[in-house]
Amino acid sequence: MNLKIRTYNQVAEAESNLPDQVAEAARRVAVRLHTVQMTLAVMSGKGGVGKSMVSALLAASFARRGMKTGLLDADLNGPSTAHLLGVDGDGLAVGPEGIEPARSSGDVRIMSMSLILDQDAALSWREPRDSGYIWRGAQERRALREFLADTAWGRLDIMVIDLPPGGPRLADLHAMVPDLTGVVVVTAPGRSARDAVARSLDLARARSAPVAGLIENMSGVVCSECGEITRVHEGGEADALAARFGVPVLGALPLDSGLAAAADGGRVEDWTDRKGAAGSVRDLVRQLALRTEEELQRLRLEHPRGGSGG
Amino acid sequence: MKFLCVPCDRQMTFEERQTPGDGTLAAVFRCPKCERMTAMLANPMETQLVSSLGVKVGGRTVPQAEFEGIRGGVTAGRDDAFEDREPATPPAGPVRWSPEAVERLGLVPSFVRGMVKKIYNDYARERGIARMTPAVMDQARSDLGLEGM
Ligand SMILES: [Zn+2]
Repeated sequence: MNLKIRTYNQVAEAESNLPDQVAEAARRVAVRLHTVQMTLAVMSGKGGVGKSMVSALLAASFARRGMKTGLLDADLNGPSTAHLLGVDGDGLAVGPEGIEPARSSGDVRIMSMSLILDQDAALSWREPRDSGYIWRGAQERRALREFLADTAWGRLDIMVIDLPPGGPRLADLHAMVPDLTGVVVVTAPGRSARDAVARSLDLARARSAPVAGLIENMSGVVCSECGEITRVHEGGEADALAARFGVPVLGALPLDSGLAAAADGGRVEDWTDRKGAAGSVRDLVRQLALRTEEELQRLRLEHPRGGSGG
Repeated sequence: MKFLCVPCDRQMTFEERQTPGDGTLAAVFRCPKCERMTAMLANPMETQLVSSLGVKVGGRTVPQAEFEGIRGGVTAGRDDAFEDREPATPPAGPVRWSPEAVERLGLVPSFVRGMVKKIYNDYARERGIARMTPAVMDQARSDLGLEGM
């Protein structure tokens, strides 16, 4: 028997509401981001390279320079940026425009899972009974979309998005934010970090996501006595990778015990001075933020936003 | 997804949803011509997948609440994570809550309570219901697919 039935795209008389609702979800993101000038995704090839620290330092530095700055913590399972900026959340207000982000003392607007979950609680989702596994990835994509669309970000000059380690979430983010201004990849010295970063860069390239550049973290150690920076590895790895992928190295930050203590205490913003002695860590942070912004501005001119409204 | 009544060549329209509470979903569709009904039965994984897209089978009638997936989905939400405030002047008149309804709302974890209350109020206003009762709450849960809230 071969019934001549109409197929999906031929049937349109009643509400085809599922695709409409999916389109509506995408529209909500686009509408919200319409008032955001630049979006910067911070990713790393693997964990433990200080990616969240770099995100927090960049966001704090942008805000310090007077840019209206948002920080979206997309590292849902390991959220730490809010703590780094001394924000522990104290009841997110549900306002007429959406959920109000928390604000750091330096006026970075933050949304993070750490503001929502019980202290020390891991992120876990309600599971339907009799289901051996859950669509965790799907739930996390939905959460990311809600962070983007339902947070009352307001007008922002820049939104920094701290992605979880590894590549896959970049694809999700890029699907939700097709006109992402730029991606930076945080790396650390050493072979395994380098290989992981190469994979991340490859993934970004495969998705045609604009890469603003590489940031080398933990590039050396700062002497707590004299402040001199000693490199721990031969170095040159970030430069070699950057050359291979045709992207710039935006800066390098050393390990510094003072900065580490500030991170523990939620005082990372203290490390974003306007000045800072040449060659000091504060100066390196400032240079890094300047260079990153410069590259984002260049990418923005290179790929102006489409007329699709975001 | 769409359902087509083959003998009539008409798209069936959404009639009713049932969420028995075991993670599964039943959605009933009816042919507008011959009135024949068919039920779509989704297992927990299928139900979850659809819900993670932020969509409801049968269409929503009240707008999506902010962070609905997060607030309805996470298991360890902080009690005081959100400050939900009722608008001073609700859009279409206040909905009065019966003591039984208030008591039942009190059983909802505080993490989602404000949001759930707003969804119930929106649902009632949209239908011109002036008084919230457990029966209205049951109906709203089923109509809106608020399983687990
Ligand atoms: Zn029929």
